[in-house]
Amino acid sequence: MISIDNKLYIKDIDTYIDPFFPVERAIITHGHADHARAGHKHVLCTPETSEIMKIRYGEKCANTFQTIKYGHSVKIGKIKVTLFPAAHILGSAQVLLETKKQRIVVTGDYKTTLDRHLDPFEAVPCDLLITEATFGLPIFKFNKPELEIERLLNNISKNKENTFLIGAYSLGKAQRIIWLLREVGFSDDIFIHGSMDKLCDFYHSKGIKLGTLRKATIENKKDFKGKVIVAPPSALKDRWSRRFENITRCYASGWMQVKQRAKQSQIEIPLVISDHSDWNELTNTIKQTGAEKVWITHGREDALKYWCEKNGIEAEPLSLQHRDETNEQ
Amino acid sequence: MKAFSNLLSDLILTSSRNRKLSLLAEYFSSTPDPDRGYALAALTGSLNFKNIKASFFKELIKEKKDEYLFDLSYDYVGDLAETISLLWDQKKDANMPSLSSLLERLTRSKNEELKSDVIDILDMSTSDQRWAFIKLFTGGLRIGVSSRIVKQALANYGDVDLEQIEKIWHGLQLPYIDLFAWLEKKGPKPKISVYDVFHPMMLAHPLVMEKDLTAANPKDFVAEYKWDGIRVQIVSHSEGCRLYSRTGDEVSKSFPEIIKAIKGNFVLDGELLAGNNAEPKTFNDLQQRLNKKAPSQKFIDTNPCFIKVYDVLFFDGIDLRDKPLSERKKVLNSYFSSNRSPLFLSETIEFETWEFLDKIRDISDNQVHEGVMIKSTPSLYIAGRPRGKWFKWKRNPKNVDAIIMYAQRGHGKRSSFYSDYTFGVFNKERELVPIGKAYSGFTDEELTRLDKFVRTKSVNRFGPVREVEKTLVVEIAFDDVSFSKRHKSGIALRFPRFKRIRWDKPTNEVETLEQIKKSFLE
Repeated sequence: MISIDNKLYIKDIDTYIDPFFPVERAIITHGHADHARAGHKHVLCTPETSEIMKIRYGEKCANTFQTIKYGHSVKIGKIKVTLFPAAHILGSAQVLLETKKQRIVVTGDYKTTLDRHLDPFEAVPCDLLITEATFGLPIFKFNKPELEIERLLNNISKNKENTFLIGAYSLGKAQRIIWLLREVGFSDDIFIHGSMDKLCDFYHSKGIKLGTLRKATIENKKDFKGKVIVAPPSALKDRWSRRFENITRCYASGWMQVKQRAKQSQIEIPLVISDHSDWNELTNTIKQTGAEKVWITHGREDALKYWCEKNGIEAEPLSLQHRDETNEQ
Repeated sequence: MKAFSNLLSDLILTSSRNRKLSLLAEYFSSTPDPDRGYALAALTGSLNFKNIKASFFKELIKEKKDEYLFDLSYDYVGDLAETISLLWDQKKDANMPSLSSLLERLTRSKNEELKSDVIDILDMSTSDQRWAFIKLFTGGLRIGVSSRIVKQALANYGDVDLEQIEKIWHGLQLPYIDLFAWLEKKGPKPKISVYDVFHPMMLAHPLVMEKDLTAANPKDFVAEYKWDGIRVQIVSHSEGCRLYSRTGDEVSKSFPEIIKAIKGNFVLDGELLAGNNAEPKTFNDLQQRLNKKAPSQKFIDTNPCFIKVYDVLFFDGIDLRDKPLSERKKVLNSYFSSNRSPLFLSETIEFETWEFLDKIRDISDNQVHEGVMIKSTPSLYIAGRPRGKWFKWKRNPKNVDAIIMYAQRGHGKRSSFYSDYTFGVFNKERELVPIGKAYSGFTDEELTRLDKFVRTKSVNRFGPVREVEKTLVVEIAFDDVSFSKRHKSGIALRFPRFKRIRWDKPTNEVETLEQIKKSFLE
C-alpha cells in the first residue's frame, strides 16, 4: 500500500504534494500560490506549471524542475506518477499515484465543465480520491459562463459612461475572462492591472488569443469610459481603483452565486464564473472515479462527506490549513 | 413577476441611495396597476399571508431535498429565500405570470391546493424569480431598502413631500390604486380619517453631546425621563380607543382595561409602563403583560399598567402636528389638570445646564428610567427621525468581562461571518455558564478577526452553532441586568453588546457570576 498521510506526504518516496513549506521533493498540481511555493529542492509538475512558477517566483525558485506532459508518467521508486488535466488553469494537473495494487488520485483544484482554452478534465479511476471541495454545497450550481458574459456586455452597452472594473485572480481567471470576452466577439481594447501583464503574455505565448491588452495607467481618465478593466480582486477596494471615475464593480467568482456575498463585497455585477467544480461536478466525479474512499482537502467538507457516506463511500476531511475558505485560487 | 425580480436583484446589489431611488421610480412608472401596488406592499413589509410563511417554505424544501444538506446550505447562505431558490430544481421553462395574478391565484387557492400551487410556481421560475417570489412571504426582504426609501421614491415619483405620504400611509389599502392616481395627478389625494389609523411617530436620535448640543442653549429645550416601557400611540374617539406600538401594530387586545378607561377625542403619544398609580416598575414586569394576548381579569389586577403621555398629535379634531412642542405641551398640561388615570402626564425635568442633566440620567438607584429625553421646544411633530429635534441620552452602560463560549453565523449582510456570540462567566462551581448573546459593538476588522478565531478554535459543532475554546475574554456593555429563570445563570442582560475585545486578558481574571450579582443586583 502507498503510505500517504493527511498532509499529502508520501513516505515511500519522501515526496509531498503541494506543500506549504520548503521540502526535498514536491509534486505541484498548479501554479496558484496556495499550492505552488518557492524554495523546494526538486519539483515535479507540468511544463506550464514550471513556467508559471518561474514567472512568479524567479528562475531559481527550485533547485531542479522535472516536467511531464499530461498523460505521461515517471516512476519514482515503486510508485508510478502520472499527471492528468484538471482544467482549473493552464498547466493544472491531477496526480495519479499508482502501484500494482493501488491507485490514488489527488485532484488539486479542478473543474469538469468544458473550457475550450484548456485541456479537458478526465475522471481517473482510482481507489482513493483526494479531492477539493471549495464549492461543496448543493447551492452551488454554475451556469454557462457565456450567459454571465452576455449579462456583462448588456450592462456595458446600457451604461457607456461607466468604467467596468472586473475583479479576477491574476492567474487563470483573468485570462479566462478576457478569452471569454474575445470568444463572444468583444473586440474593444481591454485594460489590465500591472500585476497580470506577464501572465497574460504567457497565456498568449501558449496560443490563447487575448486580443489587444493595455495597461490601466492614469494618463487619460476619459480613456476608461465604457471600457473593461481586469484587476485582481484585492485591487477593487484598493486605492488603485480610485484613479477611475464612475466605476461599476464586477467580480468573477463562484462565490458570486450567493447574492448576499456579492452585496457584502459591494459588487454591482456578480459574474458567476468559477474555475472550480460545483456540487454536481464534485459528486459526479466521485462517482465516475469509482473511488471507495474519499479524502477532502479543503472547502465545505461537511456536506460532501455527508453525501459520500450516504452513497456508501468512506470520506474523511483533511482540513488542510492555509487554503483560505474565502480564497478561490 | 419578471420585472419585480429584476428590481429586487438590482436593488440588493446597489449601494448608492440615489441609484436605489431611481430604480424604484423607474419601476413604479413602467409597471401597471395593480402589480406595482403589490410590489409596493412587499417592499414596505405590508404584505401579509396567513397561510404561507417562512415555515411553509422550510417544510416544502425539506420534503424535496435532504434536510441535513439544506441546513448546511441555509447556514452558509444566511437567507432562507435565497437558499431555497438556489437548491430548487427548475422543471419547466421560465414562465412566471405577473406579480398580481400570482398573488391573486394564491389568495384563491384552497388550503389543500396551496402547496401544489406554490410548487408549480417554483418549478417554472428561474433562480432569481424564485428568490423574489419566496421573499414576498418570508418577511423582511433584506435587500438594503428601507420602507422610508421606498416612500421617498414615491414622493419623488409624484413630486410631493415625503411628509405628505407618511401622513396618509397607514390609511391606504392594497393595491394603492388611489395613491398612484394621486401621484400621477390623475386623482385626488386619498382621504384618510384621523381616527381610523396609526400616525407614524416622531423618533429621537442618540445624543452625541459635543456634536449636538454643546453650542445649544438649554432654554430652547425641554427634558423628560426616558421611560423604560414601550412606546404607544393612543387613538381615541367617540367610537372607542386603540393602542398602537411604535411600528403601527395594534396592541389593544393585551390591555383591555386601559382601552375601556380612556375617553376622549384625541391622538396621544406616550410610554406604556407596568405599575400602580404612575409608579413605574421594570421593563421585565411589563414583559409579563406583553406576553399575554388576552389577559384574565385576575392577571390584570395583579399586573396593572398605565401610560405616561408626553405628546399630542390631534386634540378635538385639530391637527397639532404642525404646532411647536411648546404649544402641544400646553394642550397636554390643561388636559391633565384633572385626573385621567390610567393616563398620566410625563413630567418635564427642570434644568439649567447640560451638566445637571448628565447627572440626572445616570442616577441608577431607581430602575425605571433609562436616561433622559431632550426635545427642542420649537420642534413640530414630524414623522420619522428628523435631525436635531429630539435626542435620547441614555444612562452610561454597565460593563462586565465575559468569555466567548459559542458562535453562530449572522444573517443578511453578515451571512458569511460568525457574528453572533454567546458569552459566559464562572459560577460557584467554577463551571462556565452563559449569561447572554451579543451581535454588535465590533468593527468590521474586529469581526474578521473574531470570525477567524471561531474557525480556528472550534472544539465542537452543534448544527450551525460552533463551540469554541474558552480562551477569549470580551468586555460586554449592557443597559441593565435582572433575575431570570430562563437562563441557567439565573440572570439576563438587557441589550448586551461588545465594548472591547480583550485578546490578551487571561480568563481567570474574569469576574464570577456571584460578583456580578452582588455588584448589579443587590
